[in-house]
Amino acid sequence: MDQRDASVPTISRLGPFRASVATFGALIGSGFRRYATYRQATLAGTFTNVVFGFLRCYVLLAVAEGAAGNMPAGYDAEQLATYVWAGQGLLSVIGIWGWTELADRIRTGDIAADLLRPIGPVTAFLAADLGRALHGMLTRFAAPLLAGAIFFPLHTPARWQTVPLFAVSIALAVIICFGCKYLVNATAYWLQDARGPIMLWTLGSGVLGGLYFPLRLLPDGFVTALWLGTPLPSLLQTPLDVIAERDGPVTQIALVALQLLWAVTMLLLAGLVQRRAERRLVVQGG
Amino acid sequence: MIQMQDLKKDFVVRVKAGRLRRKKRVVAAVDGVSLSIGRGEMVGYIGPNGAGKSTTLKMLTGVLTPSSGTVSVCGLTPVPQRTKLALRIGVVFGQRSQLWWDLPLRESFALLRHVYRVPPAEHAARLERCRELLDLDEFMETPVRQLSLGQRMRGELTAALLHGPEVLFLDEPTIGLDVVSKQAVRSFLAELGAAGDVTLVLTTHDLADIERLCERLVVIDHGRVVHDGSIEALHARYGSRRSLVADLAAPLPDGFTLPGATLAAVTANGHRVTFTLDSSTAGAAVAGLVAAVPVRDLSVVEPDIEDVVSRLYSER
Repeated sequence: MDQRDASVPTISRLGPFRASVATFGALIGSGFRRYATYRQATLAGTFTNVVFGFLRCYVLLAVAEGAAGNMPAGYDAEQLATYVWAGQGLLSVIGIWGWTELADRIRTGDIAADLLRPIGPVTAFLAADLGRALHGMLTRFAAPLLAGAIFFPLHTPARWQTVPLFAVSIALAVIICFGCKYLVNATAYWLQDARGPIMLWTLGSGVLGGLYFPLRLLPDGFVTALWLGTPLPSLLQTPLDVIAERDGPVTQIALVALQLLWAVTMLLLAGLVQRRAERRLVVQGG
Repeated sequence: MIQMQDLKKDFVVRVKAGRLRRKKRVVAAVDGVSLSIGRGEMVGYIGPNGAGKSTTLKMLTGVLTPSSGTVSVCGLTPVPQRTKLALRIGVVFGQRSQLWWDLPLRESFALLRHVYRVPPAEHAARLERCRELLDLDEFMETPVRQLSLGQRMRGELTAALLHGPEVLFLDEPTIGLDVVSKQAVRSFLAELGAAGDVTLVLTTHDLADIERLCERLVVIDHGRVVHDGSIEALHARYGSRRSLVADLAAPLPDGFTLPGATLAAVTANGHRVTFTLDSSTAGAAVAGLVAAVPVRDLSVVEPDIEDVVSRLYSER
């Protein structure tokens, strides 16, 4: 339009890498802002998390009472309470539920707007999701943990590396979860309507991710197969086992390393599926 | 700037044939379109619903893979070079939004600056200009979801222009807008076009958009180009002429003729007549008519582009 001399395409004066980081950062900011808009929802969600925390905590502690040596699946009562309350706090940080934006945009054809940007949809949606997770971490994580700490004895980490490992583990879980959600949503490229896969995902990720009960309650071989063969236990079970210090330091690190592997795999897979989808994509509507 | 050579897009449609069987049918949405659009041209791309307008636009912008034929926009091939192309084109789909639903316009625009990596000064200058011309100030802080359609469209136009695109694709940018908003959008686009450095491709059903903005008109129907040229050329081709409508005090005498004009219609018990002016001037026709019968009222009607286009559409 005006100032034609400012030749298009405009490349920023920053180096390309720094510009990419700035773009990514701005998109993270947008994800954060989008969720920060809905304050009442944040409050209501936190309240619900706390209420369900009590329910889950009492059930698991009752299980512990009846278990041999009061140590079901190798957790003591404090570790179990930590498992529950940290889990309630992480629920909306990792965000296994409720993201259908991509599927909706494919169904309505709004995906066209995302494809018309100079930035790939996987990258753009990942950045927005990281922003969402950051918002969750700042607003939704502390309250359940605090409620838990007031009403139950929680496990205090004994190793110095536990807390930083926990932080890394959360970040990786967010990325893995994003990859899973992206793939589930991307089925809409082929099916038009992804509600079926999303329902399966909601159920499967809750049960096999370690939300409803610690997976360690299941037979060892099955759990190992689940951990190595699917990304699901890396979503909640891993970060929660890390903070509860369920395993020795070596296993603790190994679990996070496994998460890293899954994070890379899921992102590559999401990118691959996106490229395949674009080749056959029919943007809906006139 | 834009080249299309024998561009085709087929869709496979499954048609019910019996209880369980489905027959496959191939529908050609775009059926061999060849066009060449130069820098700075403003092209109206029109056609009836389902003619293939949006499909063409989707292929030009790289969100849809052509079945066959070649496309090049800004020297790039849209689908494989989509993200590169995105930096150089602007797109407004009247029926979809490219803004962030939950964010105020101001933040959407700021985000776009990062996404397109536009230097801050350039961004600020363009935004300033759009704010002035499109009156954005009163709703810059409103989340997009709360904007009216007219406000949103003005936002969409701004969003499509902030990175200084070489080509602007507008798919029904005035759809659903009230008269005032339509005027605002049109005069904004006219100003943009007058500067002459943005190539503009516009699809619309509102022919006033075309009359106001586009010198070149491409009409497509059933996926094929049926007219490519100026609006005048379209009138000439379809023989649209001015007409003279007169209210008479007494019915027209039998066998009355006006030299160089044809009697097109007689209504209101013979009291209202319409002549189409073939070779006669309006003055000569009026003089001839007034000399023969007492005339109460008369008017000369310019040919209407809507008529021409509706004739074009119905000739299927």
